[in-house]
Amino acid sequence: MIEQVITPDIHSDGDGQKYELRLFVTGASINSIRAIANLKHICETYLAGNYTLEIIDVYQQRMLAESEQIIALPLLIKKMPLPQRRLIGDMSDTEKVLKGLGIAHTS
Amino acid sequence: MSLTSSQKSALPLPSFPKALTGIVGLDEITGGGLPKDRPTLICGGTGCGKTLFSIEFIVHGAMLYGEPGVFMSFEEKAEELVLNVASLGYDLNQLQQDKLIKLDHVRIERSEIEETGEYDLDGLFIRLGHAIDSIGAKRVVLDTIENLFSGLIDQGILRAELRRLFEWLKAKKVTTIITGEKGDGTLTRHGLEEYISDCVILLDHRVANQISTRLLRIVKYRGSMHGTNEYPFLIDQSGISVLPVTSLTLTHDVTSERISSGIPSLDKMLEGKGFFRGSSILVSGTAGTGKTSIAASFAHEACNRKERCIYFAFEESPQQIIRNMRSIGFDLQQHIDAGLLKFHASRPTLNGLEMHLVSIHKMIEEFDPQLVVLDPITNLITVGTVSEVKSMLIRLIDFLQSKQITVMFTALSLNTIVSEQTDEGVSSLVDAWLLVRDIESNGERNRGMYVMKSRGMKHSNQVREFVITDEGLHLVDVFLSPEGVLTGSAREAQQLQEVTGKALRDYAVNRKDREIERKRLVLESKIASLKEEFESVQDELNKAYVEEELRKDVLEKNREQLIKNRHNEQ
Repeated sequence: MIEQVITPDIHSDGDGQKYELRLFVTGASINSIRAIANLKHICETYLAGNYTLEIIDVYQQRMLAESEQIIALPLLIKKMPLPQRRLIGDMSDTEKVLKGLGIAHTS
Repeated sequence: MSLTSSQKSALPLPSFPKALTGIVGLDEITGGGLPKDRPTLICGGTGCGKTLFSIEFIVHGAMLYGEPGVFMSFEEKAEELVLNVASLGYDLNQLQQDKLIKLDHVRIERSEIEETGEYDLDGLFIRLGHAIDSIGAKRVVLDTIENLFSGLIDQGILRAELRRLFEWLKAKKVTTIITGEKGDGTLTRHGLEEYISDCVILLDHRVANQISTRLLRIVKYRGSMHGTNEYPFLIDQSGISVLPVTSLTLTHDVTSERISSGIPSLDKMLEGKGFFRGSSILVSGTAGTGKTSIAASFAHEACNRKERCIYFAFEESPQQIIRNMRSIGFDLQQHIDAGLLKFHASRPTLNGLEMHLVSIHKMIEEFDPQLVVLDPITNLITVGTVSEVKSMLIRLIDFLQSKQITVMFTALSLNTIVSEQTDEGVSSLVDAWLLVRDIESNGERNRGMYVMKSRGMKHSNQVREFVITDEGLHLVDVFLSPEGVLTGSAREAQQLQEVTGKALRDYAVNRKDREIERKRLVLESKIASLKEEFESVQDELNKAYVEEELRKDVLEKNREQLIKNRHNEQ
């Protein structure tokens, strides 16, 4: 199951670089569902229109577990912009997610 | 240390399935290996051999028992592992290509990870599951799982997930080894793995008196009896070997075959036939009494019989021994060249006592000798206490006798009191005991030798003088004189004296003989003259008698004539 949520890129303004995110989940486990929901919410809130999110079910692509060094799930990998970051958990801690993504957020 | 418990473990419960490790000795202690399809924890401090242990388990499984294995490393990269074990002759790359093993390096870096809420280790499960399924693995190693603890913050999740992992591995029907660093007061840092493992093996690396010994102990083994002792083990070119404290069953076969000691006169003291094959012989004596020479002679003789021999030298280098023995007529080099004799020289302090035992075992297993010489055992005392040395020697003797290998120990005794125990107390264990001692008198020192004991044969009770010559070793009868036992030049003087005395005696006897002869001659001549005298007297007497007879005849005739004449006239 690969679910691609692509928000059409209108113009890359501001910091310019587009966020390239990959979320690894395991089927429909509670953590996975929560993680997807939480992440989508955060992205829509803070990165609207400036990101691509690829959601991958590791059960379906077991080979990826080794090549991507996956241990804990759910796992979010920020591919771009560099540096790469790895976030694990159900993304319920918004502060930490934003910190991990390198988004300066003002509340 | 109990010596019998290991014996019990040699009889595994028939119902309990086990997976052989292929590690020399370990399978004996555990009675057939690790619990099959269950997790086993191997814990210990740094550098105690955990990783090597688990690698051997995987490689042996793949190569010997047809059980492919997954090695999941949390520390070393796959390439590093391949390099590290290449020296043991394991080609992990080839094995990977043959789909017999799978290496997987799990990299976990705390600084790269942000925890953002609840998570689980499903990734690890999937990854491991995939690795297992891809090669049909029966064995799994997780080395070292606690790296997860340092990589991830939420300990509560981790502990729960590890429990789940162990259960999952059991359900997967794979035999698992988990390695763990030893913690403070607990077997592992997080005190978790030992409870959820079915078998716990503790590795230790202990240093006493600056000498390190590697030790292995089975802390727990659910559902199986096991040896509970600490077993020394060795890591060398061929990997790990554990030395089980071999059972003191005393059931080994014996032979009545006799072998020569290489000293004919010594053989003569032992019914003229020498020692029993497979017996243990102790040669003890003070410094410089020729113990090494006796041992070398024994080895030389064995090699002359085309038997193999290992000479463990703890004091001298092989070259030194070869040179020294050449001076008394033993060419040991030729036997080395012929592959019959093997020297193994090591300082006792090179490693611990148990290590020595393990390496001796290994060498013996490899070389399969008929004779083993240890020269001298007394030096081992520098790396252990008397009781440790004794226990080691008991095990060694036991091992050798079970293999029908004759063994000769030499022991340096520090005092000259004979009745005392030998230094290591092995005298009661050995079958034959030769004692070489100094005999000091007349301002010189000589060597005396006697057979203290020799089980199962008549042996001479005589003290012999032990002489080392250019042509080898000899035993000479000592001389007993009113002043006591004579040896060395005193013996030679005594020998000369006896020769002189004999000559004198011979001379005296000769003179007497001649006198008797002369007396006989004198008497004989006397007898002859008396005989002559008697004959002349006899002649004299005979003459008168004949004259009388003649006169009587003549008178008779005259009378007859007269009568006749008278008649004629009438």
